[in-house]
Order: sequence, then structure tokens, then C-alpha cells
Amino acid sequence: MPIEPTIKSRPIYGTLSPQKGTEHLLIADAEGAQAILDLAKSAPEGFFAAAEIVYIPRASGEGHVAALKALKPARFYDGPSIAAALPRLRQTFATAHMGLRVYLAGTEGLIGQAMLAATEAGIDYSSIQTEHRGSLARRVQCVHCKGVTEDVTTQPVTCAHCGLTLFVRDHYSRRLAAFQGVCINAEDRSEQVPVEEVFP
Amino acid sequence: MSAGTTKLDVTVADVVPVNDLVTRFHFRPTAGGLLPTFSGGAHVVVEMREAGRPPRLNPYSLMSSPLDTSEYTISVRRDDVGRGGSLFMHRNVRPGDRMVVSYPVNLFSLDLRAKKHLMIAGGIGITPFVAQTAQLAAEGGNFELHYACRTASLFTYGDLLQERYGKRIHLYHDDRGEKIMLDRLLTSQPLGTHLYVCGPAPMINWVVGRAAELGWPSENVHFEHFSAPQPGLPFDATLAVSGKTIHVGEQQSLLEAIEAAGVDPPYLCRGGVCGQCETNVISYDGKFLHNDHWLSEEEHRSGCKIMPCVSRFEGKSLVLER
Repeated sequence: MPIEPTIKSRPIYGTLSPQKGTEHLLIADAEGAQAILDLAKSAPEGFFAAAEIVYIPRASGEGHVAALKALKPARFYDGPSIAAALPRLRQTFATAHMGLRVYLAGTEGLIGQAMLAATEAGIDYSSIQTEHRGSLARRVQCVHCKGVTEDVTTQPVTCAHCGLTLFVRDHYSRRLAAFQGVCINAEDRSEQVPVEEVFP
Repeated sequence: MSAGTTKLDVTVADVVPVNDLVTRFHFRPTAGGLLPTFSGGAHVVVEMREAGRPPRLNPYSLMSSPLDTSEYTISVRRDDVGRGGSLFMHRNVRPGDRMVVSYPVNLFSLDLRAKKHLMIAGGIGITPFVAQTAQLAAEGGNFELHYACRTASLFTYGDLLQERYGKRIHLYHDDRGEKIMLDRLLTSQPLGTHLYVCGPAPMINWVVGRAAELGWPSENVHFEHFSAPQPGLPFDATLAVSGKTIHVGEQQSLLEAIEAAGVDPPYLCRGGVCGQCETNVISYDGKFLHNDHWLSEEEHRSGCKIMPCVSRFEGKSLVLER
């Protein structure tokens, strides 16, 4: 399902394509692997010899690990979760040089959190290649308690931290790598709002 | 009146010959007090008024410290084959003279999100970096400047910068065969470095081209291309909106000729980069001499637009939407 632009802060994504660079860091989760495999079809000779792939298979991606390894990247890492991969990413960025190009593919949660680590290292967000693949699940910050709920697929959603019923907005924060969730029944907390699966 | 063209009345406080080609001018506000704040990389447009000829307006980078707005200083390289603006500055401007300069405009500003600033200068392209290094040094900013020049005697402010910033300044003398090892420099910079280039067009093209090839995103590469308008053959133009026909002299820019006819198009840089004075061409019979860095190559070929601050025309007729 394509992601439509709505309000200005709502990120939109492109299609990964090989960029000129001295090193390439490709980060993906789940179905994002397919975006890397598609990029490989147009990658110039020697691209993956200067590349590192960081892959988080999650529930659906184990089958892609072999295909990604077959691209023969200089380094391959597969990890159990985005959270587990982030310290490693920050370390990579801290010692990297200009000429490193960054490619992010998969869920919005992965793209957003990896992009945050990249921008904190001084990479302009507009110079990062992104491609959305797979689940539309969102990372949501409760604007009331500031807690972040991962992999939100419903509208509204119950905050995993404070229990408020949150309306998930398209309003996105690059600084937090999260969409904003606002209490949907603040006037009358007893009001029950039907819950729908809208971010499958 | 267009944005950025607000004028400042200044008095020449000092004129300092720096070397055979470069002279520095210090401007203080005629009414006293402080001049408007600016940031490193900003320029002002200096109005040169000489009896018996239309005024010339040339852009010059401010090179004084942005932390001190008691005066603005510019350094002018004498251009013996130009249209006379720099010669006028060198020969006619004396301490005590009153002049008019524009408010500062910055089209070459530092990106203060950078983890490091890598600056590359050629010749008189050093001037914006004199202001930028002063600004960064005061903030504890991380910068490194590589500066190439033909000979030691023309190394404008090379000594001064080395004295101020020591090992952060690297000088390259062309006549000693010293070359900037550009690829090594560009591939050894920490992530988050921003690159700034100011100098002759071939140098800018070389640096920007290598940076792109070596994977520097365009967001991290900044360059200042503008130069004063060049002279050329005289030509006529018709201003369709205001119903005037103008003559553009050999030493005059098309923009100056339009202004001399009492028409006031917007402008900021007068150097072909900011895009403010972009003008539609209604019809023409002849050849455009595009000297700007604003319009795309396609727009240059189309014959539909011209940047009158730096570009010229040769031919039978030119009708502009002004």
C-alpha cells in the first residue's frame, strides 16, 4: 500500500537507488530486504564490496537472510531488534567518513530510528535514501506522558505507558522518530471509541 | 524597492593596500553607531558613483568579523580588464569619502549543524572565509581552511590567517608546485563535515565535481560562484511593460541600464546566483551571453529568460518583460 502525503511533517519515501560513494551502509528490517535485493539489480560493479548490510529480520524476514548474504557485502549483521542494532549503528557513524551513503528500507519505525541516528551524526536527512516496505505499523509518542509505543497498527491505540486512548496523528517528529498520539476522549474519558486496524 | 536593497550611508574610514593587486576598504556608518548584524559569507553591493557616467553596483564579500559591526571591510582585487569597478575603487576611493552600500545579504552561509567545516579558497575567494573563520573561532567551531594562490606575494591574508588559526590553515603556492591533495582531503573527513568553496570557476567546478564523485551529498557542499558583471559589446533592449527603450553601454550591466531608465527590478546579489532579477524575454533576434549560475542550461537554451545582473546580448532586437 503506497503512503500518501498528507500534512507536511508526514514522511514520504522513495525507491532505493545506488549513489556515488566510497562506502555504503544499508539498513533494513523485515520486507525491507526486498528493497536491497532490488537495488542490487542496478548496483555498479564493486558496490557491495564497499557495503555493510544491517538487517533485522523480525517476524517475516528470516527467509531473506541468505539472499542478502549472497550479495557478498563487506560486512553483514543481523540482529534481533532495532533497539539492539542502534548502538552498533551509532558506533559506525561515529567513526565513518564523508563518502558514506546511507540506505534505509522497511517499516517506518526502522527508517525513522535509523535516520535519527544518522542525522545526529551530521547526515542531512534529505541525502538519505529511503524506501518503505512491508507493515504500515507506526511508532507513536504519547504527547501526554511522552512514552513511546512501538508497532501501532490500530486507530485509536491505548498508550502502553499511561493507558490513555490515543488518536494517532500524521504529525511526525524527526527528532523523536515517532508519530504523535493525542488523547481522543479527553472531554469524557468514559466514551468508548471503536478501535480499527488501520496500519496493517 | 526590493528586499535586501535597503541602503546604508557609510564613510570610508581607511584604505589599506594589501599587495600588488588587492586593497582593503573600511566602511563606518556616516551617522555613527553600529552597522547591521551579518553572518560570515555575507556580501554587500557597493555603489560606485562617478561624474559623467551611470553608477556601477558590484557585490563584495564582507571580510571583517561578524562579531564587530562598528565597521564593514571588503577587499577588492584590481581587475584590469573588467568594466572598471575595481579600478574605480583602487584609484578614486579615499578615506573620508561617503559611499552607499546595501544591507548585507548572505548567499554563502555556514551550515551550523556541521560537525566540521572544510573550506577551500582560491585567490581573492578567501574573503568570505576571513569572516567565517572569525565567526567559527569565536564559537569554538571546528574548521580547516585550504587556500591556494599563485605566489607568496599575492597570498592575501595567508599570513594573517596562519597567525590567527595556526595549523588549521593550509597554504598552497602554485608557483612552488604545491597542490591541494583533493581526493585524499575529501575522503578523510569525518561524517557530518560541510564543504565550502570560493574561488575561480575552474576551481569550484573541480572541487564540486570531485566531491560529488566521492559521495558527498549536495546538501553538504556549498560554493560561491558570483563575480562582478563583465563588460561586453553595447546593445539595445526594449522594456515592454514600462514602454521604454534602453541602451546598455560597454561597461554597464543590463540591470544597471534598466535601473538608469527609472525601472526598479528586484535584486539581491548582482552576481548571477540569487535569482531575484530573473527577467522574462518576450522576443529576441540575436544571441544571449548567459553568465549566471541561476538558470538551468535548458532555460539558457530556451531564450525565454535572462539574468540582467550579469548576462548580456548581441543581436538585432531584445524585448524584455520589464
